[in-house]
Amino acid sequence: MEQHLHTILTIILLAPLFGAAVAGLFGRQVGRVGAQSVTIGSVAISTVLSVYVFYLYIFQGADPYNASLYTWMVSDGIRFEIGFLIDKLSATMMLVVTFVSLMVHIYTIGYMDHDEDYPHDNPYYQRFFSYLSLFTFSMLSLVMANNFLQLFFGWEAVGLVSYLLIGFYMKRESAITANLKAFLVNRVGDFGFILGIAMVFVYFNTMDYQEFFDRLAEHEHTMVQFIPGVEWSVITVMVILLFIGAMGKSAQMPLHVWLPESMEGPTPISALIHAATMVTAGIFMVARLSPAYEMSEAALQFILIVGALTAFMMGLLGIIQNDIKRVVAYSTLSQLGYMTAALGASAYAASMFHVLTHAFFKALLFLAAGSVIIAMHHIQDIRQMGGLRKHMPITYFALLIGSLALIGFPGFAGFFSKDSILLAVGESDIAGSGFAYALLLMGVFVTAFYSFRMFFLVFHGQESEYVRTHTIHESPKVVTVPLILLAIPSVLLGLFMVESILDGSYFSDSIFVLAQNDVLARVHDQYFDSVVGFILHGFMSVPVWLALAGVALAWFFYLKRPDIPAKIAASLPRAKGMLENAYGFDRFNDIVFTKGSIKLGHYLWKSIDTKVIDTGMVNGTVKHIANLATMSRESQTGYMYHYAFVMIFGLLGLLIWALW
Amino acid sequence: MSVGYPILSTLIWLPIIAGLIVLFAGRNNPNFAKWFSFGAAVLTFILSLPLYFAFDMTTADMQFVERMDWIPQYNIQYFLGVDGLSMPLVLLTTFTQILVIASAWSVIKTRVEQYMGAFMIMQGIMIGVFTALDSILFYVFWEALLIPMFIVIGIWGGPNRVYATMKFFLYTFLGSVFMFIAFLYMYFQIGSFSILDFHAMPLGITAQILIFLAFLVAFAVKIPMFPVHTWLPDAHVEAPTAGSVVLAAIMLKMGGYGFVRFSLPITPDASATLDWLIILLSLIAIVYIGFIALIQRDMKKLVAYSSIAHMGFVTLGMFLVYSIVAKTGDTQGAALGMEGAMVQMISHGFISGAMFLAIGVLYDRMHTRDISAYGGVVNTMPWFAFFAVLFAMANAGLPGTSGFVGEFMVILSAFKANVWFGILAATTLIVGAAYTLWMIKRVVFGKVANDNVAQLQDLNRREFAIMATLAFVIVLLGVWPNPLLEVMHASVDNLLIQATTSKL
Repeated sequence: MEQHLHTILTIILLAPLFGAAVAGLFGRQVGRVGAQSVTIGSVAISTVLSVYVFYLYIFQGADPYNASLYTWMVSDGIRFEIGFLIDKLSATMMLVVTFVSLMVHIYTIGYMDHDEDYPHDNPYYQRFFSYLSLFTFSMLSLVMANNFLQLFFGWEAVGLVSYLLIGFYMKRESAITANLKAFLVNRVGDFGFILGIAMVFVYFNTMDYQEFFDRLAEHEHTMVQFIPGVEWSVITVMVILLFIGAMGKSAQMPLHVWLPESMEGPTPISALIHAATMVTAGIFMVARLSPAYEMSEAALQFILIVGALTAFMMGLLGIIQNDIKRVVAYSTLSQLGYMTAALGASAYAASMFHVLTHAFFKALLFLAAGSVIIAMHHIQDIRQMGGLRKHMPITYFALLIGSLALIGFPGFAGFFSKDSILLAVGESDIAGSGFAYALLLMGVFVTAFYSFRMFFLVFHGQESEYVRTHTIHESPKVVTVPLILLAIPSVLLGLFMVESILDGSYFSDSIFVLAQNDVLARVHDQYFDSVVGFILHGFMSVPVWLALAGVALAWFFYLKRPDIPAKIAASLPRAKGMLENAYGFDRFNDIVFTKGSIKLGHYLWKSIDTKVIDTGMVNGTVKHIANLATMSRESQTGYMYHYAFVMIFGLLGLLIWALW
Repeated sequence: MSVGYPILSTLIWLPIIAGLIVLFAGRNNPNFAKWFSFGAAVLTFILSLPLYFAFDMTTADMQFVERMDWIPQYNIQYFLGVDGLSMPLVLLTTFTQILVIASAWSVIKTRVEQYMGAFMIMQGIMIGVFTALDSILFYVFWEALLIPMFIVIGIWGGPNRVYATMKFFLYTFLGSVFMFIAFLYMYFQIGSFSILDFHAMPLGITAQILIFLAFLVAFAVKIPMFPVHTWLPDAHVEAPTAGSVVLAAIMLKMGGYGFVRFSLPITPDASATLDWLIILLSLIAIVYIGFIALIQRDMKKLVAYSSIAHMGFVTLGMFLVYSIVAKTGDTQGAALGMEGAMVQMISHGFISGAMFLAIGVLYDRMHTRDISAYGGVVNTMPWFAFFAVLFAMANAGLPGTSGFVGEFMVILSAFKANVWFGILAATTLIVGAAYTLWMIKRVVFGKVANDNVAQLQDLNRREFAIMATLAFVIVLLGVWPNPLLEVMHASVDNLLIQATTSKL
């Protein structure tokens, strides 16, 4: 059985890598059809086997499987392994990753068929499939890891693929700027992350998760001094450093700046990487390491506040976006904030629940937005759309379902997960939870408002000039079928999962929560009797009314009285300016970090390397030696003069040293 | 350990003799010069493989030893041998040599036989440096290497080559003179030039400190460490591609090798006293040089500065042991840093070699290394772009490439020694990625910048083979570094014992 499972896991991990290698290295030889077949085939194999693993763990309750695949290296007595830790948490993530990836692979056939950036004979198409599969491999190696080394490996590998895909349209200056920015901002997070891993090494002498968990108690009271005289708890510092990595990958403020610009990549990528899977890596990591995070209340508070601020402030920015993909991107940022806040409230299961539902409905939203973009011949400005409903009915319903799930309309998947988070944060009693709860509640209203603003502007109202003068039609089947397949879990998933999430049986031992922090148990006891009851309770609670108010306001502003938004904007120029500059993060980074580093580099180079060292020391020395050499040549034969000279100098030095 | 032939002598003298043959017989026959050199390089590489496969990993003793009298009146011996520290460097040399010869194939058109001959002779000398166990023999090889390198830059170099060669020569020459004096001093104490005898000899603290400083000058120049690094960018810029490859991939390693072969075992107490100096200079190299690399306009200069920053990890990893012992009382964690330093040397050999070869590919076509002359190369050279991005990612230390392994190990170990060492070293994650990928963005990505770029031809078969070989090794070491680490363990453990055992 064990051997059997080991083989299956190895195939799940490596099949996409094989597909990526074939499509990437032999793209011209296998052609378009060959590349798409081999990548889709290999990801399909991974998906089917992941379903089986999911079945084993979630339905059969198999024991966690922790084993090494091979030894990466041994140094200093520490084994650095590549291996698997499979339990309910990783089995669930594996299924999400492979399934969404498979949908995106199929969708890509339709989306990438024609491309204005590349001639038809360019193997860009094969390259794209190769990247998709490479991403799947990287993400799987991240979620299946049983140690920090492999976690970091997957972590950086998804970053690499993200870099390659954001810059996929590599002739566009905006794309290649965005991908550089994404990589570097993520590296800022990784800077914290690798220091966190270094602390794991220093205090725990292992890279293995299980050994790390086993030794956590030993360091409950260990202190560390970064600054002499100031003592911090080792565990708190360590988990915050690791969380800084998560802030980069999961785009939490202030490291969120790369995500909106990542929309420069093709839409399937935005769905797969920058909404459904990669950006949730940080959330997954914290849930995976829950035994460590549970030991530091200070770290949890920090996480809670960061998450809540991101949820609200990024949602607000969604209101003023006019690019359809950017609206969805800011909504992703905001939803990631919800997940992060849930982590801070120790509601890891609720956070992972939202990761799952969000993966489906956000992939759905992105792919539906992509379908609109295809129909609009790659126009992305929602002000140029309008009245698309009757032209593309399937996309219309797909986007509607996605939006309802997003705003947490009772019964839809997003309702259960988001309501669990809200209730959990409401129940939490760690410092700052009241503030966080208020931000998250306001966020619900904002989410509903920007989602339906987009929805109404795209599908309802009057047809725009462009729509009237061009033929707009529904997208092909390879596009609509994935939409339908993603719409199903976006509606149903929550119904099936909510009970086991709230009573803790879903993830059971794979997530650890201290008894006094277990807010989900309290939520379960107070608010949950049955699924229907939970829905009915939802209709009577504040969040749902806030969401409906948001929808109503969007309807009023953008369909009923479209003149009002402009007036409001005109009367609040400062607020508008602040939102349009996205709170000035980009400007700050540009001035301080980008320009600052370059200035510093020039300064160091010109003043120290060139002036002091080269002109002063080196050329100066050469000149002096030359002069002295001329002098010494007069008194000697000149043969091997510098030897002699330097020896004299050396002896002098020795004498000075000895006497001094 | 023996393999049926005097393997180390073969590896030293086969290339040198081949080089001399090429030099004299290859005149007016460039094809003979190329093929003969290539054949000799391949043969040398094959003959060097038993070093790895017949290597005894369980011992720190010298292996494949050859020893005979050379100048008996002064007890100078022809004494060769390798251990886990030097063996990987020998293999790095024999491997790189094949690519070096291949890279010059159709590029060098004048005095081909001299060019090939110089590189073949250089290879033998470099292997001599890594295998010599008699300090005079070592010194002879060390100094002899300057001559062919001086000639290579001086003849086939760029417009400012005279300045660069003088700077290169004076710097390295000045450095090694002090080393020579140190050797003489120790000889007068014990009557032997054997490096192993130096390891065992007792030395007072004053003598140790003076010897340590003498070594430091010699090795710091070679590596190069701040502030004696400014010769390197100039030398690289003026050197032909293959010269840069040898310089970056192998010659810089001689400095790092010097620290583990001489400084740490011979002067452990001085190393313990002055480790702060090395660590300080290493951290300056990592942080300060990173910012300087960021603003370079010449691709070769940029990679040269990046080499200095990467070599900072080598020196940092080597001298962490004393802080770790001072903090925790034992050497647990120090081997990680030391082995990280060794891995970083090997990895940097491949990556910097690959980067310089990639720049050479562009230079051969466009005759400029100015970043601003490029843009959108991917449109005309997709395969080149593939390799360039891969090598750049390796340079930025991406996991899965060899560039990650050493940096990762050194960062972990540095953090153990002192959190601030770790924090400062880890900044390379950001700065290293910034300078490398910004260059890639400006050179490789974007629209076709001008007509010259529009007419670029993608890699030919020869270039493709070179790039693919390097890419394979870089990725292999990244996903499975264990085979490289296994051979070091015994020697590194022994080195740490030597470095922490007082000689007073």
